Amino acid sequence: MNAPALSLRGDLFMGDAPLIRDLALEMPAGGWSCLLGPSGVGKSTLGRLVAGLAGTQRLAGALAASDGVPLAGRVAMMAQEGQLLPWAGLVHNVTIGAHLRGERADAARARQLLADVGLAGMEGRRPASLSGGQRQRVVLARTLMEDCPVVVLDEPFSALDAATRLMMQDLAEKLLKGRTVILITHDPLEALRLADRAWLLGPEGAEALALPDASPPRSYAHPATLDMQARLLARLQAVEPA
Amino acid sequence: MMAVLRGILALGFALALWQSVVWASGVPGFILPGPWRVAQSLWGNMAMLTEHARFTALNLLTGLSAGVALGVITALNLALSPGARMLLRPLLIFAQAMPVFALAPVITLWLGYGAPSKIVMVALVVYFPVTSAFFDGLMRLPPAYQDMAALLRATPLRRLFLLQVPHALPALASGLRLAVVYAPFAVVIGEWVGSSRGLGYLMLMANGRGQTDLMFAALMMLAALSLTLFSFFEAAVRRFSIQP
Repeated sequence: MNAPALSLRGDLFMGDAPLIRDLALEMPAGGWSCLLGPSGVGKSTLGRLVAGLAGTQRLAGALAASDGVPLAGRVAMMAQEGQLLPWAGLVHNVTIGAHLRGERADAARARQLLADVGLAGMEGRRPASLSGGQRQRVVLARTLMEDCPVVVLDEPFSALDAATRLMMQDLAEKLLKGRTVILITHDPLEALRLADRAWLLGPEGAEALALPDASPPRSYAHPATLDMQARLLARLQAVEPA
Repeated sequence: MMAVLRGILALGFALALWQSVVWASGVPGFILPGPWRVAQSLWGNMAMLTEHARFTALNLLTGLSAGVALGVITALNLALSPGARMLLRPLLIFAQAMPVFALAPVITLWLGYGAPSKIVMVALVVYFPVTSAFFDGLMRLPPAYQDMAALLRATPLRRLFLLQVPHALPALASGLRLAVVYAPFAVVIGEWVGSSRGLGYLMLMANGRGQTDLMFAALMMLAALSLTLFSFFEAAVRRFSIQP
């Protein structure tokens, strides 16, 4: 997979109101870029911008991929609420993209991906009979099924309990290897565990964060990680959304 | 089992109340017949009542099916085409503000005393609630699913049938519930305005001749018809576990 690096520069607006000024994000090819910030700062808006979703967000500046090819059609997204179809089985949920485009759905590959995310043997279940963590596994499989070089994760694990969240972080790190991932999160530990690069977002811009030396996924128990987490939590409390 | 017992109990109470009003007021039978006289009339005129009920039920079901089918097709087209929305939406709102029942005389004038005028009447009455409820449901796809459809580059037609229609089924069920309740009104009004058959016609005729017990018997048949229709509808909604 030839995942491009992304460069996002300029001022982010919501309608006419400025959200974040002077953005200068250089997101590495095939790596994890984490956008950390408190609620309301404009993280998700940034995610919608990268994904090319409809909305009043506007970038006065430039968003470009390093290969010069437009991003449209090359971005997959995974959000907190996975938007599974409650009336459909897991294979149909994973292949919904092909169904919606009118393409042939590769059910064998969907089954393989469901097995990869640890749901082998549960293909016949409906989303309602799954736990929150299992549902996000299905969404992860759907995201992988789309096979896009760029993946936006918008707080995909924030509704999960702490232990499940750590497990899902490891799984996502493993399965999304080689793709350019933009992880939007308000959880400093999540950013510290997974990021190749991370920024703290505030109205005045994005501040690049120092990260522990180990390579992701980093241990949550390492003293350096814990120390940075404590300092980041203090910083997050000080950020005022625009 | 308990539900059946409760039903019988409630029915018994209603009949007792009815009979005691008849006794207490002392009104003559041709003004308010007691339940026993109505039952006798129902039994004695069963063949004739069934014949008229069949005519009414057939028109009711035909009109209901036609109205529902047209309503569903209209809503799907409105959801797909912004042009159709621009042209038809104001018309739809106007039509909802107009009491369709008031059209009954004109429809009878145009289509005559036979079945077609009743079928059209029912279809018209059913059409608007079904169209607007289903259309509203189709347009209310949750934003997160709209995003999903955009990201997955869904074609408009597949977005409609794979995401919007399943999400709109509860709204459609609400529209159908109104349709099922209104349809018997519509068919009876159609028959009142002009008909030579049907339960509505029979009620008018019996009323005019002072055969109040027959009038009530026809009313009972009509109530049974409406209740059957409504129970079938409720059972279908439960069967497909659609919650309006």
